[in-house]
Amino acid sequence: MMSSMRGVTKRIQSIKFALLSPDEIRRMSATKIITADTYDDDGFPIDMGLMDSHLGVIEPGLRCKTCGGKVDDCPGHFGHIDLAMPVIHVGYVKDIKKLLQATCRKCGRLLLTRQQAQEYMAEMEQVEELGGDVTEVGYVTKETAREAQKRQRCPHCGEEQGKVTLDKPTTFREDGHKLTPKEVRERLERIPNEDLRVLGMNPEVARPEWMVLTALLVPPVTVRPSITLESGDRSEDDLTHKLVDVLRINQRLRENRDAGAPQLIVEDLWELLQYHVTTYFDNQTSGIPPARHRSGRPLKTLVQRLKGKEGRFRSNLSGKRVNFSARTVISPDPILSINEVGVPVEAARELTVPVHVQAYNSEIVKQWVKRGPAPLGPLGEYAPGVNYVIRPDGRRIRVTDKNAEVVAEAVEIGYTVERQLVDGDIVLFNRQPSLHRMSMMAHEVRVMPHKTFRFNLAVCPPYNADFDGDEMNLHVLQSEEARAEARVLMRVQEHILSPRFGGPVIGGIHDHITGSFLLTYKESKFTREEVTFILSKIDIRDLPPPDIKKGGKEFWSGKALFSAILPKDLSMTFKSSIAPKGDIGLKELKEEDSLVVIKDGVVLSGTIDENGVGAFKGKILDKLARDYGPDAARVFIDKGTKMAIGAIMIRGFTTGIDDEDIPEEAKKQIADSLRTAIEKVEGLVESYKRGELEQMPGRSLEETLEVEAMKILGRARDLAGQIAGKHLGIENSAVIMARSGARGSMLNLSQMAGSIGQQAVRGERLSRGYWNRTLPHFKKGDLGAEAKGFVKSSYKSGLHPTEYFFHAMGGREGLVDTAVRTSRSGYMQRRLINALEDLKVKEDGTVRNTADTIIQFKFGEDGVDPSRSVQGRAVDIDDILQEVLGEEPSWKERLREQEMASYGLTEKDMYVEISEEEVEVEEEEPPSEE
Amino acid sequence: MRFNVLEHQLVPEHRLVAEEDADRVLKALKITRDQLPKIRKSDPVIQVLEKIEGPIEEGRIIRVTRVSGTAGVSEAYRLVIGR
Ligand SMILES: [Mg+2]
Ligand SMILES: [Zn+2]
Ligand SMILES: [Zn+2]
Repeated sequence: MMSSMRGVTKRIQSIKFALLSPDEIRRMSATKIITADTYDDDGFPIDMGLMDSHLGVIEPGLRCKTCGGKVDDCPGHFGHIDLAMPVIHVGYVKDIKKLLQATCRKCGRLLLTRQQAQEYMAEMEQVEELGGDVTEVGYVTKETAREAQKRQRCPHCGEEQGKVTLDKPTTFREDGHKLTPKEVRERLERIPNEDLRVLGMNPEVARPEWMVLTALLVPPVTVRPSITLESGDRSEDDLTHKLVDVLRINQRLRENRDAGAPQLIVEDLWELLQYHVTTYFDNQTSGIPPARHRSGRPLKTLVQRLKGKEGRFRSNLSGKRVNFSARTVISPDPILSINEVGVPVEAARELTVPVHVQAYNSEIVKQWVKRGPAPLGPLGEYAPGVNYVIRPDGRRIRVTDKNAEVVAEAVEIGYTVERQLVDGDIVLFNRQPSLHRMSMMAHEVRVMPHKTFRFNLAVCPPYNADFDGDEMNLHVLQSEEARAEARVLMRVQEHILSPRFGGPVIGGIHDHITGSFLLTYKESKFTREEVTFILSKIDIRDLPPPDIKKGGKEFWSGKALFSAILPKDLSMTFKSSIAPKGDIGLKELKEEDSLVVIKDGVVLSGTIDENGVGAFKGKILDKLARDYGPDAARVFIDKGTKMAIGAIMIRGFTTGIDDEDIPEEAKKQIADSLRTAIEKVEGLVESYKRGELEQMPGRSLEETLEVEAMKILGRARDLAGQIAGKHLGIENSAVIMARSGARGSMLNLSQMAGSIGQQAVRGERLSRGYWNRTLPHFKKGDLGAEAKGFVKSSYKSGLHPTEYFFHAMGGREGLVDTAVRTSRSGYMQRRLINALEDLKVKEDGTVRNTADTIIQFKFGEDGVDPSRSVQGRAVDIDDILQEVLGEEPSWKERLREQEMASYGLTEKDMYVEISEEEVEVEEEEPPSEE
Repeated sequence: MRFNVLEHQLVPEHRLVAEEDADRVLKALKITRDQLPKIRKSDPVIQVLEKIEGPIEEGRIIRVTRVSGTAGVSEAYRLVIGR
């Protein structure tokens, strides 16, 4: 199987669909079924009953009467029921209708002249010749049928045609008179072969009369096994139940017909037979009540077995269940390394790794087995046991406390032992929806008490996980090859840099960033006790020398502490996330302590925040992963996050609504500025009404008004935010979070403290609801700010009723939008994956498909692996320049800024994080969803 | 032919590869002809090229030179097939 790397590719050239003829049904039938009874009093299958042993075996020990095989050898065999009267196959009513309408009621010929028929035939052949697929040929035949159906009189025998209609689901009428299935069948029989070809049917394999059943195929018992309940009663499969119904009615129909019963009775029974055969195929046929179990549960018949999410296709063929896997709720554990996963003891006892017994390990393996399936260590802690011992012949022996000693003795070279998980085992960890390769990464096991999977918070971003009830899956690898591959390719640290944008996807979040900020901002310093506490979390044994002395006391600067975990030769310069926005000079940057300068592993200045260690943006992470390798980056993330948490624990950190307190004076200022803005809009409306408004080029007068009003009100909100912001300094917790990039934005804050601002639907001021107004609280035709969705209030002050309503209108759009966007992008992703899933980048850089033909001559056209690129570029010129020339931050920063702008956007797009403009509805998840 | 598709801004440059160069191209790529991506004879680009180069039989190779966002300029090849 592994001998040829090229592999054997076989392509399906064509698939042929055909109808089963009654003859073929009888030919493939192992037995005719005549009786509705299944088992006799002794529990043996009755001959020619639905459980006839010619149909295969489901009970171990018995042999199949058709092929002689036992349970595992016999594939099962079909039987058949001869129907007393023909019935229509529900699956083909549409085709039957088309055929009845397109052919003559008397002579059965297609209702087209010979000339027309030839033309359509030629057209079909041409389409086929041009490489048209089934659907394209289908268009032609559909057109043919439509043309034929139009004709009122047969061009061949001159017969006047009736109007054939279909009474759903299976009753055909001609000019109101009912056509029995028998009549339908006779008509279909009359259609000549050559006319069928014109309609796109191949009469060799699909004669239309076969769509009206005279014999019903009975599936093998293996398809509908009966189950024996604990009470000893037998419970039959739904299909068997349905077939019993068919047989019963079929029998009564035959008896009544043969006895010459009144036509009415025969017809009733015939219709009943039609009902049962119809529901046997599809128990959700519209127009008829579904057949039910005695309990009232609708039966699951053939179509129900295949259709839908739980159907054969989606549940059994596209998706399969696997062993050696576990699923449970996740919770955070900042102590774990990013490449570890905490596994509950209960799960670890179920999940096993196969260990092959060799000379070198036979003794220790015997010891394991001897300990049984649930051993404890000397301190009562978890120790791995053995669940199964597999002999060389493949027999599995379950290890129990009782048989452990005996089984252990029997273990020798060649045996395989299924050992429970131990710390350090490599497993795959996954969270749905698995949208990118970082959704499934390899972690090392840490067996732990309690019932959740636990992992480091820095790994939340790639999985897009949080802990509000999210569950994740874990898979234990079963072969050496798989484990080796996972270790090399799939471990968490190998995925710190994302192939999506060439930056880190794993890194600090929330408190990690706040903590780093508190640790490193300006002159933050720590006492001996504090430093001991922080450094005790990471593997630094020796206290560095204190770098600040004040008032006779020794202090350690946060920057020095942070420097302790940086590589000794690291040098870089970048802008902190807290840096004031806009084009600012070096002086302002330095004033805010937002120009990070690291030289030889020492932070000389600057604040470490989101731009330093944050997921998606962390420059230090990026450089470490790139220049020092995944393991160094892993260690850095582990230590950096722990240190940040240490710092935040010492400083203490909380936020509350009082973080948005602003002085009365400021409130008054905000109110004033809002009032002015509203008055300005008022004035605008006035001049619009007087017709004095100056029209903007390319816009109507109404549009001009709207644009101008939006502009004024937008500015008003920003101004309110600015006024509020003046009183919210960097010592404010909410501001720390927003500026450092830990959580929230300044816009969020200004909406809480200042004003929420204009609500919009489809980018326009609110206008719909009542006739010419949004709410009955306003005058009809009021175009002022308040009447059209401007919310003056702040979240903190609370909203007026009308404002609240407007806010709900605007918020709803956001929700609908995200819902639509996720479903649409999900479908798009699926189609892309289906199209690209088996493409491969070959050693020569070409992208090829399974047939080894070239799809792309060079991967990505430049052959660059995006996860090794620098934000998509093959070479980081800035970095090289810095290394060669030394620092020159001012011009360099400008370049970086442009790049940042572009890749910050990609990240936002991916996670459907709401952009700054529509933050009002941020992450208010509906409670039902985890 | 209503217009020359090659003049359209979104259509990259297509050139017929001389038969004596074809083997060199294939050798450089270490592939056989059938492993190339295909282009139909009925493709508007081929129709234009036929106006310039004369009839182009099946099995000829077309060089496509396009401006690339990642590589600056990238070259690809197409095998002319029937229809
Ligand atoms: Mg969640
Ligand atoms: Zn059999
Ligand atoms: Zn006729």
